[in-house]
Amino acid sequence: MKFYKDTLEIIFFARAGQGAKSAAEILAQAAVAEGKHIQAFPYYGPERSGAPTKAYVRISSRPIRTHEPITDPDLVVVMDDTLLKTENVTKNLDENESLIVNTKKTEEEIRKLAKGFKGNIKTIDAIGIAEDTIGQPRPNGVMLGKIVSVIKVVKLENVFDQFRKIFEKKVGKAITQKNILAIERGHDSL
Amino acid sequence: MKNNKYKKALTGGAAAAEALRQINPDVAPVYPITPQTPIIETFAKFCADGKARTEIMTAESEHSAISAAVGSQAAGARTVTATSSQGLALMNEILYIASGMRLPIVMLISARALSAPINIHGDHSDVMGARDTGWIQLFSENSQEVYDNTIIGTKLAERSELPIMVIMDGFTTSHSVENLEMLPDGTVRKFVGRYKNKEALLNVKKPHTFGPVSLPDSYFELKIDQDEAMKEVLKNYEETAGEFKEVSGRDYELIEEYRAKDADHILVLIGSTAGTAKDVVDNIREKGEKVGLVKIKLFRPFPYKEVAVAVSKAKSIAVMDRSISFGSVPPLYSEIINSVKDCDLRVASYVYALGGRDIFTKDIERVFEDLISGNISDKTEYLNAKTQ
Repeated sequence: MKFYKDTLEIIFFARAGQGAKSAAEILAQAAVAEGKHIQAFPYYGPERSGAPTKAYVRISSRPIRTHEPITDPDLVVVMDDTLLKTENVTKNLDENESLIVNTKKTEEEIRKLAKGFKGNIKTIDAIGIAEDTIGQPRPNGVMLGKIVSVIKVVKLENVFDQFRKIFEKKVGKAITQKNILAIERGHDSL
Repeated sequence: MKNNKYKKALTGGAAAAEALRQINPDVAPVYPITPQTPIIETFAKFCADGKARTEIMTAESEHSAISAAVGSQAAGARTVTATSSQGLALMNEILYIASGMRLPIVMLISARALSAPINIHGDHSDVMGARDTGWIQLFSENSQEVYDNTIIGTKLAERSELPIMVIMDGFTTSHSVENLEMLPDGTVRKFVGRYKNKEALLNVKKPHTFGPVSLPDSYFELKIDQDEAMKEVLKNYEETAGEFKEVSGRDYELIEEYRAKDADHILVLIGSTAGTAKDVVDNIREKGEKVGLVKIKLFRPFPYKEVAVAVSKAKSIAVMDRSISFGSVPPLYSEIINSVKDCDLRVASYVYALGGRDIFTKDIERVFEDLISGNISDKTEYLNAKTQ
């Protein structure tokens, strides 16, 4: 059982190269901008593009001291639906907690794959939206928008700001603007 | 938490790099290795962007990087470097030369396991392997401490005329983004001041020789002097940390005692797991058991007296080591046994998280349960290892 119930804990399940680590950090930095305490850390494994990987985020109003990996998440984000078959993504995820999956499948189809999980499932075709807005199959921005709409842990504008801060220099203004649109579309999707 | 521009969230590696940028050393000879990467990568970018004026020297190996650091510091330049694991092992020969020549080089270390078998993950095998090289060893729990220890450590090394390893846990601290509060650039620059070497190779008005031959008539005394200098570091640390408190408001004593004053059972450990252990202490305290934590910060020199005072009233203590001393007892346990030889208490030994094995709250709870129930083994126990 969790000792600090006021600390929000998120696990991202992804494939290396999908931008889970960046998404985790953008979300955490947006929370920092709102005066929160955070931790954002990847699963420390050899990074081979396409290999299963994890990223973790903690957000709290109190200083975070623990350094154990997250074992009892409040939200699980799955960036690639094939991971539902190989990873136990809903471990310790309760019925009042949420699972967000990037998939073309329906909520019902995902629920069948989610090993008896009774909580909230949100599906989104993040790659489809990303291809449509950015022109690239990068699901992380869209997923960030979806996360904010599901758990409302930070303001969407702060996610935009952090994206700009981290990426604008690297990718330029035009591509940044497309990514921000992707985050917004992820947020506004049903 | 009030928002201001000094409050940031950075990886431990980037926090070290920010401190280095503010310190603005003269020279940084470097050779890359994981998980040291975010330190020099971030710092080199600061230098390339003109935010620090340090001359980065890319060497062809860690042995060369530390050799260049010895030359540079002896010449009179404030010098820093960073490494991990095999890199530190390859530097070993020159580590003794740096300390024997009393050169206050600052080395950031992202602590990692040693080969074989190959493992890039965090533990304390590399730094424990260098514990008798005559370097000060200062450990950090989180990004904030990495930042603060880099600043404190620079001044402490120069004040003591000894080299220092400022150590963070590989990946767990070096690659995790955590909150920290930085100091203004001017405050850090004023705190460390300009590097004033008493003697320098390149002081043409008063040239000195460094590291000459010392025969049986003098070598012995020089080594005794070196040991005396190292013992002085405890006092120098308190002075330096006191000055740091004045500018930062952050208080760093020789050891950190967490709810240990009235504790019956105390856990002693080093590094990032102290954070997890503090949560466990609070959790068990809520259930009515008097437990506490003593976190070791300086491992060299070792604060024997302070540890003895901190644990003297406890019934039992447990020591958690993140390395093995093959054929002996684990390094921290060995020091703690030496610290408490006049205390009436039982001491349990645990080894944890070698090669990046996870350490969970439940593992630390088990250690406290062992202490509370008096289940104290004479042998070292292995936490979360598959042998059990």
